Amino acid sequence: MEQLLNGFATALTPTHLLLAAIGVLLGTAIGVLPGIGPAMAVALLLPVTYGMEPTGAFIMFAGIYYGGMFGGSTTSILLNTPGESAAVVAAFEGNPMARKGRGAQALAAAAIGHFTGGIIGTLLIVLLAPFVAKHAVDIGAPDLFAIMVLAFIAVTSVLGASRIRGVASLLIGLTLGLVGLDEMTGQQRLTFGSLHLADGIDIVVVAVALFAVGEALWVAAHLRRKPFEPIPVGRPWLSRADLKRTWKPWLRGPAIGFPFGAIPAGGAEIPTFLSYVTEKRLSKHKDEFGKGAIEGVAGPESTASASAAGTLVTMLTLGLPTTAVAAVMLAAFQQYGIQPGPLLFQRESGLVWALIASLFIGLTLLLVLNLPLAPLWAKLLRIPRPYLYAGILFFASVGAYAVNADIFDLLLMFVIGLLGFGMRRYGLPVLPAIIGVILGPAAEQQMRRSLQLSDGSLTGLVNSPMAIIVYVVVLIIVFFPLIKKFLPKPTPPAASEVEREKVDA
Amino acid sequence: MSVKVWVAVATALLAVLLVPPLLTPGADSGETSQVRSLRVLVPNQPGGGYDITARTAAKAMEDADLLRNAEVFNLPGAGGTVGLGRTVGERGNGKLIMSMGLGVVGAVYTNKSPNSLLDTTPIAKLIEEPDIVVVPKDSPYTSMQQLVDAWKASPGTVQVGGGSAPGGPDHLAPMLIAKAVGLAPKDVRYVPYDGGGELLASVLGGKIAFGVSGVGEYRDQIQAGTLRVLAVTSKDRIAGIDAPTLKESGVDVEFTNWRGIVAPPGITQTDRDKLVDLLQRMQKTPQWAEALQRNGWTDAFAPGDQFKTFLENENKRVATVLKDLGLA
Repeated sequence: MEQLLNGFATALTPTHLLLAAIGVLLGTAIGVLPGIGPAMAVALLLPVTYGMEPTGAFIMFAGIYYGGMFGGSTTSILLNTPGESAAVVAAFEGNPMARKGRGAQALAAAAIGHFTGGIIGTLLIVLLAPFVAKHAVDIGAPDLFAIMVLAFIAVTSVLGASRIRGVASLLIGLTLGLVGLDEMTGQQRLTFGSLHLADGIDIVVVAVALFAVGEALWVAAHLRRKPFEPIPVGRPWLSRADLKRTWKPWLRGPAIGFPFGAIPAGGAEIPTFLSYVTEKRLSKHKDEFGKGAIEGVAGPESTASASAAGTLVTMLTLGLPTTAVAAVMLAAFQQYGIQPGPLLFQRESGLVWALIASLFIGLTLLLVLNLPLAPLWAKLLRIPRPYLYAGILFFASVGAYAVNADIFDLLLMFVIGLLGFGMRRYGLPVLPAIIGVILGPAAEQQMRRSLQLSDGSLTGLVNSPMAIIVYVVVLIIVFFPLIKKFLPKPTPPAASEVEREKVDA
Repeated sequence: MSVKVWVAVATALLAVLLVPPLLTPGADSGETSQVRSLRVLVPNQPGGGYDITARTAAKAMEDADLLRNAEVFNLPGAGGTVGLGRTVGERGNGKLIMSMGLGVVGAVYTNKSPNSLLDTTPIAKLIEEPDIVVVPKDSPYTSMQQLVDAWKASPGTVQVGGGSAPGGPDHLAPMLIAKAVGLAPKDVRYVPYDGGGELLASVLGGKIAFGVSGVGEYRDQIQAGTLRVLAVTSKDRIAGIDAPTLKESGVDVEFTNWRGIVAPPGITQTDRDKLVDLLQRMQKTPQWAEALQRNGWTDAFAPGDQFKTFLENENKRVATVLKDLGLA
């Protein structure tokens, strides 16, 4: 505790405060702009910070990391163009909200979500760092695969009204996820001999293409048939009813995000998605999901920031980067001759605690910066639709190009965008496809790793306690409707048999 | 506020943040001994090995006033072969160099790249980074010999992890070891992880029997005693790591990861000499010496033709291993 207070003393000096402010501003800007993620921003700033003392540099980097999380959801919500993978889920409910004129509320819910998620996550760093460091490495491939199976079960809740269309869309996503070199054997899959496809298709490109480009084309195709009105901009602040619906998701987020951030290969995509489905299941307003339910913004955003905090735990205590940003920050530590790992808290305790204190300060700065901005950002949607969508297309193109400065990515985005247009035309929901791209490759990788580890024996998938627990949960979820049927008052089996057939048909 | 103002603000933001990186530095007059405006292509992500090498080298050259306006840019993809394709395509461009290493040699085969490193103009090999064979502290193996015996007895249950995809350095090293001890490549259970960091987690968690990776990310864990190093793959022992070389342990393999610089094909002799000279002078600067120290890299400077021969040999060696695996 005393160390933390000392940390605050270091972090609150004018220079460090200024660096934290620069970090969060840069981070927010980078998050808002397409194509430049926080990882690239930190990498580009690395040479600039050689001259600085390490504490200041890391305070700035942490500001960029959290700032990117805040900013990333802004474009996701307003323009349906997620700037980075952690913000993809924010578009699910955030964009429908924005189109209903509740953009400001969505942004505010996201900002407060990031704040609560980040603060709780950072508190957990303080409280749990040694514990997490000890147990994060116990999570292996079989456990992760079990969690993926759980996530796949959860996909059913985003399939939409028509199951068959939902599954078709999921399969499109899974197919897109197959593209690239097979990680286990190095064989090419669906690359058509193109080197550009060898690394697979980036989730951000798919999300931007299916969401933004597909929709821009759709709107363009219908512009003349429908009189278009500018999107209404409603009241700027969260109402009492909104707050009542969001406080629980804000608090639930860290419970999902933090552990995921901390485990190897965790990242932010899968926990944000899991948070989304959890909120949907728990919400009293299920019917609003897909049309702009505020819980669907609040939960995932809180999860995203908490997972960022979790990432920092494993990076600091194990020297183990679980995301690209953490990998770059790890490289930065090494540039200063500091090796994160089990000895870091003893050797560099001053730096570590100042860094943690600056996370609290950075988050507060971000909230102060982003909350008043929310209604202003939301006014962006007043732009008449033709110009707005032209702007969205411009942003999406710049984003896709800027990632690798490669025309190929641009073409790829437009091709997938056309696919998105086709999916809208034939009533295929877009969400399952996005989920397929996120989950498919991750699940395949973990399953094949498990099998490689067990020398091909299927028992390798269920040989850890955690995997077994997760599978039991999966079984309960799958069979719960059946069990429920028998629980309150046992109906004759014949009747339920008939009912089931009806459901199946 | 009106819509116009917001459009203006957004445009201004865009201009401020995107234009500077897109502008290429113009050549301006300076002292004749300096090289002006050189572009350095990095064929992997920011923060990756080639990236850090390129940025460190560019910084050292600028600090020592050998070079003005170095612009480092990333063109990642397909294990570095997308960047390689670009470099080979820039035939005759004497103002572009690419940082690369052993990983690209393998990636050329696994990605079936139409361009090979032999198409480029080798400028210099800069550094080497030995691999280590590492087990968690509670592993039953305390020596390389024990590990090899167990591995030969039951290759299916002794899994090896590495921080690179098939064809990368961490994959080649255990394959070469397997070959040297008489194991068929198909029997090796190699589990690729996404970088040395993720591999570290599974070594610490005891998910795999042993890991093979660069020493860089592991020093702290080794010092803390949570990892045990069974052998280093380089020719000589490494300072600060208490482990024998593979040869001392009876495994006839010598393997180091290395990184260097190549230029596009067809550049003039003058351009080539200038670049070789530039890197030669950089290698002697105190800034570079300090950077080597800081990153734990071994100086392995080999200019021009020496590097060319080395590259040809490495290419052959990698091709043989990958052919055995059906990857080339």
